[in-house]
Amino acid sequence: MVENTIHATQAVVTLDVALPGIIWGWMITLNMWAKSIGTGVILVGAFLLYRHKKEEMPNLRWIMPLISFIALNVFLLFTLVDLHQPYRMINIFLHPHWTSAITVGAWMASLFTGLVTVMMLIGGFDAFPDFRKNCAIGKSVRGISGFYEKIFPFVVFLAIPVTLYTAIIMAESSARELWQAPAEVMQMMWAALLAGSAALIFVSGSWSKETRKDLALVLAIATFFSFMMYMGEYFFSFKSAEAEATLAYVHAGGEYNVEFWFGMVLGFIIPFFLAVSNMKSDNKTLLRFAALLALVGLYLAKDVWLKIPQMLPLS
Amino acid sequence: MKLGFLVDLNLCMGCKGCEIACKVENDVPLSSWRLRVKYIDIGTFPDTSRSFTPLRCNHCESAPCERICPVSALHYLENGIVNVDSARCIGCAGCMMACPYGAIYMDPETNTADKCTYCAHRIESGMMPACVVACPVEANIFGDVEDDTSHISQYIMEHQGAVQVRKPEKHTNPKHYYVGGGTQTLDPLAHERIEGYSLFNNITHLDAVGDKNHGVLDRFLAPFTSHGEHDNKSFMNFDNNAHESHEEEGGH
Repeated sequence: MVENTIHATQAVVTLDVALPGIIWGWMITLNMWAKSIGTGVILVGAFLLYRHKKEEMPNLRWIMPLISFIALNVFLLFTLVDLHQPYRMINIFLHPHWTSAITVGAWMASLFTGLVTVMMLIGGFDAFPDFRKNCAIGKSVRGISGFYEKIFPFVVFLAIPVTLYTAIIMAESSARELWQAPAEVMQMMWAALLAGSAALIFVSGSWSKETRKDLALVLAIATFFSFMMYMGEYFFSFKSAEAEATLAYVHAGGEYNVEFWFGMVLGFIIPFFLAVSNMKSDNKTLLRFAALLALVGLYLAKDVWLKIPQMLPLS
Repeated sequence: MKLGFLVDLNLCMGCKGCEIACKVENDVPLSSWRLRVKYIDIGTFPDTSRSFTPLRCNHCESAPCERICPVSALHYLENGIVNVDSARCIGCAGCMMACPYGAIYMDPETNTADKCTYCAHRIESGMMPACVVACPVEANIFGDVEDDTSHISQYIMEHQGAVQVRKPEKHTNPKHYYVGGGTQTLDPLAHERIEGYSLFNNITHLDAVGDKNHGVLDRFLAPFTSHGEHDNKSFMNFDNNAHESHEEEGGH
């Protein structure tokens, strides 16, 4: 248990109720991790389309929204599953409370998922013209092919607040001092770029060398700054008694210490060096290994950061 | 009107009458509490003292739980009470993450968030909260903090320098005050909570948020299946032999 007692007082709790343990657990970690992939592939995909010709990434048009669609559905599923009253999720739309980042986020994420679904359908039907050639849905989707390019800039723009709103939920969780809005906002953005580039690396086998070089560059930058953010927070977030007590406990080898350093090494340090080396020599296998490690490490890092402030006794 | 609470810790003798009255009045299930009295022992034998601190919702003027609730299940009443509408709650636990005082719990029977409402239902019919009525030493003082003539306002004026709130640095502006408290009693980080050991039991942490038998699938199937009635008795049906004996734990 995290605490910050003064030895002189010898104050000890001798009778009290049982306190709740971890309230937001692995489902919320998975939720944040999947959302990072879902929005990250759109952001990194847009960057690649800005830098390179479409012909260099022949499958990007359909595979980018497909990866995003799958990840967003994992994110939405675990958002729903984590609720103690899942059927009442509808209340967010029927009785929205706009000061809550949960409400704003749910609306934006739903819209974002809807638009990504449309992009996935258009991209998929265009990429495979023989698939359901005479199907009414296929025909009508192929008929609005140009809609993809029209909504794409809006989807890219929307990906930014969808990435960031979880940071505001964490900031609104005012009982957990470790989570500060500016730091969490940056963490979320770097996580999205890291996860987005890592996910696209897996499908970049047939792409040009230059695009893979750019993916390695984004991965290297995202892992570097993510690591810097975590180090800054881990060692210097001492502006509140709660954050100080939490970190002192973890520093001293308490729970989650090992998981945290596994996350840092697997998720950020090793992928950074692998990605940097890959910018010189195009080694697809090593780059994929870096991407895999980055995704695993990101999950561990997020898991630790979600759980450690919940170890504090609040009353 | 802004209703508030004041507890004079110099008067409180830790009888837990308020805690029981609250449980009974509001049907608070086992493993949950809206009001609890925490015992803290201070000093080294033989120079020791024991303090008793009743803890409940602070009904903050700027309530983080109200702000984060996505469906306005937590909302303000006109008299300043932060009330809960359990029928609207989606069980996201955002309020539990936001409340700096750990005053909100997930009801294991309804699987919705709940907390002290200053007995809003009693106040509506002109009665005092159950805990105020039960207190044998009148340590709980309740009333309108905006009315200078009310008992609570007079009490605050009489004890100007000694009135404290919990965690003022959170800027929640709590409407729950303490007289006679100190850092050791009001700051949860300033006293040690030894894991697995307290005076009468060895349970320091709950093993579930809400009903522990309400797994992921149950949450979806609950409206279609009979989950069985849960009452206080069903929570007591556990195997005593599975736990270590009390003597082995600490000798109390």
